[in-house]
Amino acid sequence: MSKFTFPESIKSRPVYGTLAPRDGSAHLLVADAHGAEAILDMATPEMMAKAHIIYIPKGEAFEEDLRALNPASFYSGPSYGAAEPRLRKALQDAKMGLQVYLAGTEGLMGQAQNEAMAAGIPHTAIQTEHRGSVARRMQCVHCKGITEDVETDPFVCSHCGLNLFVRDHYSRRLAAYQGVRVDAEDPGNVPAPKGIYE
Amino acid sequence: MSGAEKIAVTVTDIVPLNDLVTRFEFKSTDGSLLPTFSGGAHTVVEMQDGDITRLNPYSLMSDPMDQTAYTISVRRDDEGRGGSLFMHSKVSVGDQMVISYPVNLFSLDLRAKKHLFIAGGIGITPFLAQIKQLERFNGHWELHYACRSESLGSYVDELTSHHPNETHVYYDDQDQVIDLANLLDGQPLGTHIYVCGPKGMIEWVRGTAAGEGWPREAVHYEEFLAPQPGKPFEVKLAVSNKVIEVGEQESLLEAMEREGVDAPYLCRGGACGQCETNVIDYAGNFIHRDHWLDDAEHANGQKIMPCVSRFEGKVLVLDR
Amino acid sequence: MSIQFNDETFRDDYSFYNSERAIKRFPFPFHEDSYMYSVNMEQHRGGPADSVYEKRFDVDEHYVAEMRDRAMVLADDPLRCQSLPHMTLAGWDLLELIMVSKSEDYPDLFELHRDGNNWRWINKPLGIDDSFVFLDETTLPYGPMEYITRQAQGDFCVLDQRDDNLWMDAGMVTTQADWSLDFDIGMNFFEWHAPVPLAHEKGIFVRALKFLLNIQQGAPARRLNWTMTVNPLLDTSPENYHKWGIQKTTLTPENIGAKQHLRVELQTFFRLPRSNALVFPIRCYLCSFQDIMTVPKWGRRLHRVVRDLPVELATYKGFIDNRPMMLDYLKNFDDGLETSAGIWPDLDTEPPLQT
Repeated sequence: MSKFTFPESIKSRPVYGTLAPRDGSAHLLVADAHGAEAILDMATPEMMAKAHIIYIPKGEAFEEDLRALNPASFYSGPSYGAAEPRLRKALQDAKMGLQVYLAGTEGLMGQAQNEAMAAGIPHTAIQTEHRGSVARRMQCVHCKGITEDVETDPFVCSHCGLNLFVRDHYSRRLAAYQGVRVDAEDPGNVPAPKGIYE
Repeated sequence: MSGAEKIAVTVTDIVPLNDLVTRFEFKSTDGSLLPTFSGGAHTVVEMQDGDITRLNPYSLMSDPMDQTAYTISVRRDDEGRGGSLFMHSKVSVGDQMVISYPVNLFSLDLRAKKHLFIAGGIGITPFLAQIKQLERFNGHWELHYACRSESLGSYVDELTSHHPNETHVYYDDQDQVIDLANLLDGQPLGTHIYVCGPKGMIEWVRGTAAGEGWPREAVHYEEFLAPQPGKPFEVKLAVSNKVIEVGEQESLLEAMEREGVDAPYLCRGGACGQCETNVIDYAGNFIHRDHWLDDAEHANGQKIMPCVSRFEGKVLVLDR
Repeated sequence: MSIQFNDETFRDDYSFYNSERAIKRFPFPFHEDSYMYSVNMEQHRGGPADSVYEKRFDVDEHYVAEMRDRAMVLADDPLRCQSLPHMTLAGWDLLELIMVSKSEDYPDLFELHRDGNNWRWINKPLGIDDSFVFLDETTLPYGPMEYITRQAQGDFCVLDQRDDNLWMDAGMVTTQADWSLDFDIGMNFFEWHAPVPLAHEKGIFVRALKFLLNIQQGAPARRLNWTMTVNPLLDTSPENYHKWGIQKTTLTPENIGAKQHLRVELQTFFRLPRSNALVFPIRCYLCSFQDIMTVPKWGRRLHRVVRDLPVELATYKGFIDNRPMMLDYLKNFDDGLETSAGIWPDLDTEPPLQT
């Protein structure tokens, strides 16, 4: 399943759109897994002539299709962490007028958005489109550790081991949702985990 | 009570700069220090012109850190309703006046990695304070300033002598034009544009920046609209239960104030939104001149900004 | 000194207490017998003598103990005080506002001596006498916001104003009603209020934001907000919720009068001149149910408010499970008589509890 309609939620929860080419001096596109499909749906030869694509396949087979778009620069790497230095360099060298497009999982988009914001682009000017996994990047509010790819509620913090429930409250600066101990008022009473959107 | 807090001041210096622009210095009448402010702030100056009280906003151009005096520069507008003419012809050193606390609708975005100032004519004034603020904190800035001619280039000498590398001046009468497309192309990420000048210049800068892919949030502008004269019209104020006449030379807001109706305001220049008023009924045409309401709101006849907008027609009933 | 400072704690043995004077000046937050959100803003320009509204920044008998508690929270978790890089100027604005206000409003406790940018600050209750250079961070032991808010009761959110919104870009937050500065820093007005139920739908935040964006220099505003806390615990943070949450289950019909506290926030709003930022101090006052019950009007009213509060709000404020026990206690102080309008205790005019 590549597209998912998120239920309506609170005001801090990000809302994703559909990528569309915009006027600009250059285009930076960052995607993981099925996010490639959003780029493929939007790309034009004119845009690709000024485009830099950073892609993290996560086992999906879109790399050749993306290369075939003929972007000015293309990178495929094993993880977001591996891609990050390259992303930072691209933003460091960029000028006003750069357009940023993010597609794929929430964790990928959130982290890349954070880098672009730190470089001076307002978050409202950064385009995003969700594709693929609906897993969340979660921060444990108690120990501050980040647990990646959380699919169930509650879940176990991968750092401190507390059982946390999944809030919709989202921090752009942390690129994460908030996890809070589920059994604080009744220790040991941890509900059975189920899918976040079940 | 409407508007910002008031300060009683004395005019301590008047310096004509050129044929059009005169600088005024104010000090607190009771000798106390004036409030500090942030670059880009304005003050509303009250002018007692016979029976008429005029309230005009002027950008503060002095050093925001200097609490001993404020300075403003007033460009004489011979076509206008008389506020600037009053300042030029009827105000003398030693006069006591009332001004408002500083209000800032054009503040710096202190996150900016670079501040790019674009000024047209008297639009230079807010930048003079912003430059002093940024200089104090080692801010990164650059100014592009278009004036009609060398003789009308207010503060050009001061700017070019203190900041020769940051200041770029363009004279219309020498066919010098800001090469805007080139200027905007190649600015580092995190640059913010600030433009203050005539309406056409603001639209030119905003349009060019948008076309080059600049985010809306990185383009700041300020245009004070002086209320324009127009045909007299009649307004019914439903809450106050009054029918008032707006004269040719006064704004709707001024007419309400003249009749003792306490109407909210801050900038009196169509920018801050404070005086937004609901329309209860109308038959006729609005002459909307503000920057606050959007196009849809200008079209649907439900709201009016009485500081700058007028009306032509048979019936206008306001929720005030 | 005019104020006798309590030797008390807000943790462990919870020796916190309110003197009779403190109870009378407690900012009881309900002006009528029911509660719903509203944009209940008013000008912050003084108030009745000795009320919490009288001074710009109220200093009371808990000052020294609260500052000691704050220092402990910060030693455990320095992330409770953060300031994004562009907010340093606003920090100096805040330092100036607090130093000037406190030295003018409490000259026997605080002194500020200024010679140009060379400033000397004396804080007698905390035994501080520091000389520093205004606007020079290297001359203070902390950043300007942290320095002064280690000496001022209540939390402080410093909000940047841009793009017709307010942004939570700096703060000192150690006495919060269960929200995390570390998580919320950088959010805009709607985002950091996102978890609040009902108010968005009622348009409360749209109207409140419009009001706040227009707060001008020299014209501060204020409002009251409230919640419930078991034990006089100032640091009800999400960070430590896994430790304090369990305390909510320790209420019994015997101890509820002493343990259950009404927690009131006096929120004020000041425009900061040099930065054009807005500071939003959130001053927390705690009062046990049994102390509130010494004011007959407040006893009657608190019962009615807690009884009639919508379930969503009782849940959000974290006392839905304890509400039945609260009502069992509070109903003993509600004789059904009418109450006078407004928040003041009206001890001289309201009748004692009829039994």
